Amino acid sequence: MMNDPKNTAPAAGPQMLGGKFSLTWHLLPWVLAIIFYFTAEGYLSLGTQAIIWVLFTMSLDLALGYAGIVTLGHAALFGFGAYCAGIFSIHVTGDPLTGLLVATVLTAALGFVTGILILHTTGVTFLMLTLAILSMLFEFANSAKWLTGGDDGLQGMSIDPLLGVFEFDFFGHTAYLYSLAILFIWFVIAWQIVHSPFGKSVDGIRQSPKRMRAIGTPVWWRLVAIYTISSAMAGSAGGLLAHSTQFVGLSALSLFTSGIVAVMLILGGTKRIYGAFIGAVIYVFVQDYTAKLNPHLWEFIIGGLLIAVVLFLEGGLISLVDKARDGLARLVGKGERS
Amino acid sequence: MLSYTLTVLLDGISYGMILFIISVGLTVTMGLMRVVNLAHGSFAMIGGYVTAYLTQNGYNFYLGIVAAMIVSGILGGLCEMTIYRPLYRKGELAQVLLTIGVVFVSIALITAVFGAFPYPMIFPDHLNQLVDIGFRTYPAYRLFVIVVGAIIAGSLWYLVEYSLFGAKLRAAVDNSNMARAVGLNVNFLFTATFVAGSALAALGGAIGAGMLSLEPTYALKHIVLFLVVVIVGGEGSFKGSFVAALALGIIDTAGKYLIPEIATYLLYIAVFILLLWRPQGLLPPRSAA
Amino acid sequence: MSDPILSVRGLSKNFGALAVAQSIDLDLKPGDRVGLIGPNGAGKTTFVNLLTGVVKPDEGQILLKGQPIQSIRPELRVRRGLARTHQINTLLVESSARDNIAVAIAERSGYAWRMLNYKKQWRECLDEAQSMLADMGIAAIGDTEVRHLPYGEQRLLEIAIAMALKPQVLLLDEPGAGVPSTEAHVIHDALDRLPAEIAILLIEHDMDLVFKFAKEIVVLVQGAVLTQGHPDEIAADPEVRAVYLGRSRD
Repeated sequence: MMNDPKNTAPAAGPQMLGGKFSLTWHLLPWVLAIIFYFTAEGYLSLGTQAIIWVLFTMSLDLALGYAGIVTLGHAALFGFGAYCAGIFSIHVTGDPLTGLLVATVLTAALGFVTGILILHTTGVTFLMLTLAILSMLFEFANSAKWLTGGDDGLQGMSIDPLLGVFEFDFFGHTAYLYSLAILFIWFVIAWQIVHSPFGKSVDGIRQSPKRMRAIGTPVWWRLVAIYTISSAMAGSAGGLLAHSTQFVGLSALSLFTSGIVAVMLILGGTKRIYGAFIGAVIYVFVQDYTAKLNPHLWEFIIGGLLIAVVLFLEGGLISLVDKARDGLARLVGKGERS
Repeated sequence: MLSYTLTVLLDGISYGMILFIISVGLTVTMGLMRVVNLAHGSFAMIGGYVTAYLTQNGYNFYLGIVAAMIVSGILGGLCEMTIYRPLYRKGELAQVLLTIGVVFVSIALITAVFGAFPYPMIFPDHLNQLVDIGFRTYPAYRLFVIVVGAIIAGSLWYLVEYSLFGAKLRAAVDNSNMARAVGLNVNFLFTATFVAGSALAALGGAIGAGMLSLEPTYALKHIVLFLVVVIVGGEGSFKGSFVAALALGIIDTAGKYLIPEIATYLLYIAVFILLLWRPQGLLPPRSAA
Repeated sequence: MSDPILSVRGLSKNFGALAVAQSIDLDLKPGDRVGLIGPNGAGKTTFVNLLTGVVKPDEGQILLKGQPIQSIRPELRVRRGLARTHQINTLLVESSARDNIAVAIAERSGYAWRMLNYKKQWRECLDEAQSMLADMGIAAIGDTEVRHLPYGEQRLLEIAIAMALKPQVLLLDEPGAGVPSTEAHVIHDALDRLPAEIAILLIEHDMDLVFKFAKEIVVLVQGAVLTQGHPDEIAADPEVRAVYLGRSRD
């Protein structure tokens, strides 16, 4: 849609907004990520963390931002993916790409099955079901020490060189580029999906399920589909976490993790794939910085910010972005008409 | 064998009583105000810390509990009037985000003041002893918890069923618009129940510290358990919460004795299936039934 | 005479002790313009919900093109050619007017599952949506987010979305509700321009609109058909008058 020639008459204006800037905007985060790779060697593992969180946040954006699925259980998918990748590398093969694929597919399957079961419920019941799934997995990982290492975490993973060539080195060069490449693939997929007819219908379901039923949309199946895709993505993020740190801790499956990813999404702004980039990167780096000053300052700031956003910014920080976009759209619209 | 069963039962009941005392406030607020209050555990945690701090500084345990209930009650009331009230008309996402924000802030504050490690509660000597209960000796502490829980449940039951306040409360839980229409001061009712709920949570947090130990992540760690009590019992249902809390306590305790490896996640699987089967909970209040 | 495209036989529904639909019979033939009127609480909206499948009937049959549809899901009824508009707006307020129609077209054309390789198809949907807006005389609002549209145009958009589904039977649930009387003629004109061959059931409070539009009128009272006939007969019917006058006093 971004590159449509102008001669097909109707869609102009806001639809095309970004057409002129899109290439620059699209390149910017990736160029920055590459520059970071060459200039910030000491921070590569932190950078890898940021990339993984971006991916995880993006997955939540598909479910929560676009489809309006208010879940507190997204860490279940992230942690499940991480454990799958970790356990697979210990018991089957250390090849990272195979492991990542397995983690992604299994997590998608988990999302599909649980989605089928719970997506016909709404509101508090749905929230509780997502919490129940999260707690179930957490307690399972906690007690199944033979498989997961319990609360010591999953250790003893050994990851083979990527593509048989690139070792996962101590400084995290390989892990960084590997994660960045996976993020890029998922980004392209997500970008395609949210602009597709499917994406539009999912966005419609968030806005008005009643309307979508009236135009013949199988609402439940479509929610199951987007939830499954979101799960696959979260599972990939978890898999990357396992591969890059060669460790999976119980905290990946905690409610705290669900809370953090929601914070990142709200910070960056929902319903705009790039929001995940902004929110997660700011979160990871600012947290790292403030943690050196005082380990709990950040929790305080984040908590306060969340309260303030809900109370004083109807619709979250996203509304600021929306207002800016609307204003810009009006400006551009005027420009085109005159 | 019988003595073993009875022991498990007593342990389970005492644990269930704690869950009930802490969760009952959440039941009312979720039934009455339709707010998903993830921060309810924070009030229990603050209550526990206040009591523990006072006892460590030589004050009487029971005095500490009263102080804790007052502190949490006031904090709860202030929160209700300032940050919760705008939430009533917003969706779940806003409620989840704001109350998680409150949880984060409370965790940060508790850590800043009391440190990141578990904070010990000093119970009075007479609770630390064993009492002969016929077939065996049993910790006085757990008996105390059961008695307090029974008193709370009994007086709440009386209050809700027979007092004017209770009648108003039931009316408002059943239909808050109707209650407003017939002239009940719903705002006052909301604040009052929030204060009471927070104070009860503080009580539960304080006397329950022997089972749910005090640490900064308390507020987040146990909130799922409290929510399970509320949702399984049926939002806004006192009887439901009481039954659910005791059942949860007994099942969880029995599970930990008998099948320690898998007990906890079996519990959540059970909750999951139960919610799919009865999304309104076991004993929903009349309006939802 | 052609066969009825929509037949309702003995449709009944109770909410507890309240009978909201009592053995309703109704036939719609292609090209029919039937108005459904009745006092508040007569069960008009329930009847629409029964037809579209939002509410399940206790008894009775709904035949669409001879096929019973009373037990199939709402979205499948839509795909078989039964569309509706809503009394209260359920539009996608954050989307543009054109996107509102385009998602309906995508759904009708079977493109709505496409996640990849969709540019051409989505372009077709947008183009068709734009031409539908033009048909309604609101071509200029294509890019406007629905929440910024005046109410009258939202009502027109609502009709355009239903038409985008290419229905054979169209249920219009109070298309004029909330539209200021000075703009009512816009709705009326739009209804007049709808393709002649589709069967339309108009549920409406605004008697002006119903009597101008409908060729036949069904009067519903307490969930049952009170009478049925040509607008002139209905207007003259003392029983109908009694119902309306009786209601308007309280």
